[in-house]
Amino acid sequence: MSAAISAIKPRRLAPLALSGPTTLFFIGLVLLPLLLTVILSFNSYDYTAGIQSDFTFANYLTVLQDEYYLSTFWRTLRLALLTTVITVAIGVPEAYVLSNMRKPWRSIFLLVIIGPLLVSVVVRTFGWSMLLGKNGFVNSALAIVGLDPVQLLYTETAIVIGLVHIMLPFMVIPVWTVLQKLDPTVEAAALTLGASRFTALRRVVFPQAALGILSGSLIVFALSASSFAIPGLLGGRRLKMAATLVYDEFLIELNWPLGATIAIIVLVANLVIMLAYNRLIERQAKRKLG
Amino acid sequence: MQRNGPIALAFHSLVVVFMLAPMVVVCLVAFTPENTLAMPWNGLSLRWFEAVFHHADFMSSFGNSVRLALLSATISTVLAVPAALAITRYEFRGREALNALFLSPLIIPHLVLGVAFLRLFSLMGMGGSFGWLVATHAIVVTPYTLRLILASLTSMDRNAENAARTLGAAEWTVFRRITMPLMLPGISGGWLLAFINSFDELTMSIFVTSPSTVTLPVRMYMYASESIDPMMAAVSTLMIVLATITMIILDRLFGLDRLLVGKG
Repeated sequence: MSAAISAIKPRRLAPLALSGPTTLFFIGLVLLPLLLTVILSFNSYDYTAGIQSDFTFANYLTVLQDEYYLSTFWRTLRLALLTTVITVAIGVPEAYVLSNMRKPWRSIFLLVIIGPLLVSVVVRTFGWSMLLGKNGFVNSALAIVGLDPVQLLYTETAIVIGLVHIMLPFMVIPVWTVLQKLDPTVEAAALTLGASRFTALRRVVFPQAALGILSGSLIVFALSASSFAIPGLLGGRRLKMAATLVYDEFLIELNWPLGATIAIIVLVANLVIMLAYNRLIERQAKRKLG
Repeated sequence: MQRNGPIALAFHSLVVVFMLAPMVVVCLVAFTPENTLAMPWNGLSLRWFEAVFHHADFMSSFGNSVRLALLSATISTVLAVPAALAITRYEFRGREALNALFLSPLIIPHLVLGVAFLRLFSLMGMGGSFGWLVATHAIVVTPYTLRLILASLTSMDRNAENAARTLGAAEWTVFRRITMPLMLPGISGGWLLAFINSFDELTMSIFVTSPSTVTLPVRMYMYASESIDPMMAAVSTLMIVLATITMIILDRLFGLDRLLVGKG
């Protein structure tokens, strides 16, 4: 690498000229807007006079003390965690089953599982709202069996079902990638040496898949916690999550400073969790190597 | 490789049903002749598809989304190619920081980006123009193009470039005849991923679109949360057909698993 670089005889200006326009674009349209949003979160809001250019912690105090906002944050955290756990429970075995399949089936079913990523989230969520609705197909099926209809749409259950559906590919992909690199003879060796199928899975396959599971669950958690369309369409007007809450503050209540405050809290929480989790993954990777 | 037992296959079937159910239902309901979201038990009808094509708002939103995705994917590629070259070919201070900055839209929730753009544009007094919408989408999709181009640059055989240089080729010729062709799979894959992501983006767009620039996902979200007629199912079916065609093309060209797993 270093030999190749010295062969180019780098002019000092070359990297600057190459990355300069993109850097300016990103400073202007990522860093600057984020800075403005942080500033906005410290402004106060008056329902008649609009946004004031003062400095106050009032928005943060409101959000962190008010029952309504706290319960929404708590729901966001709870549902994102629940989604992550369920996605692991379904996605990991599914990735394992996929990796054990024979030639044509493996790629066909991988396509079936990760292909929905290419279909708009709105479309898939709309599909769930029809399945789970009052006269939806789940309730029709229950009626045929002779059971009473259940309220599913506009409940937390509906949100979690929708989230799991959207997030499953994000769990299957990293786990499947790890399993692809796994030496299949190791598992066979464990079985030959008399380990039961379950022991071979628990002692040989699972520890090696751990890195894939960890990175998958990070993506799933982060995306679930800030998802918008699913709580918007499946949670109804009452069950808010962080993203729909911010939407309401900005576009319905028009209290931008408060909306900005919630958005910043979402961003900071997201970054903190990601950093902490990355530490965990790195430690796990080191332990595996050393 | 172990064989899947009957329990494993039963589980697998349930997962497949779970993944496909909402899309299958959407496609069936789209053919209903009724006025409500009902299964087409009493005959099939194309009336809701006809309604979509006569619905001026849906058609203009579709046009907006296609133009937006074409422009933002192209701009992001133009931004990502030189940035990727700088990051992979030069050692300079702040290289890691730049890489992190360019990939940051993957880590920052789209909701936060949407709010931030809305604030910026309102302060600039420029909210709602199509040009700014394109710029925001270019930001959001650049990580996808950049990642694939970076992957193609780091995995290519540098000896080809060095050989050309030794044989007396000028730097520009080396780039045009060797580097660029070797980057092409990364560039085209990245462009396509960027296009798809821009076309489907909802959460950020809902904050920065104006009535005249509403994109298809935003229009569909608004429509789905307000009315319950089968037209939404017809639009969704068309989107599923489009996505399936895209999926088959992508799979033939690149291998969908490789593209989505991000190894270019």
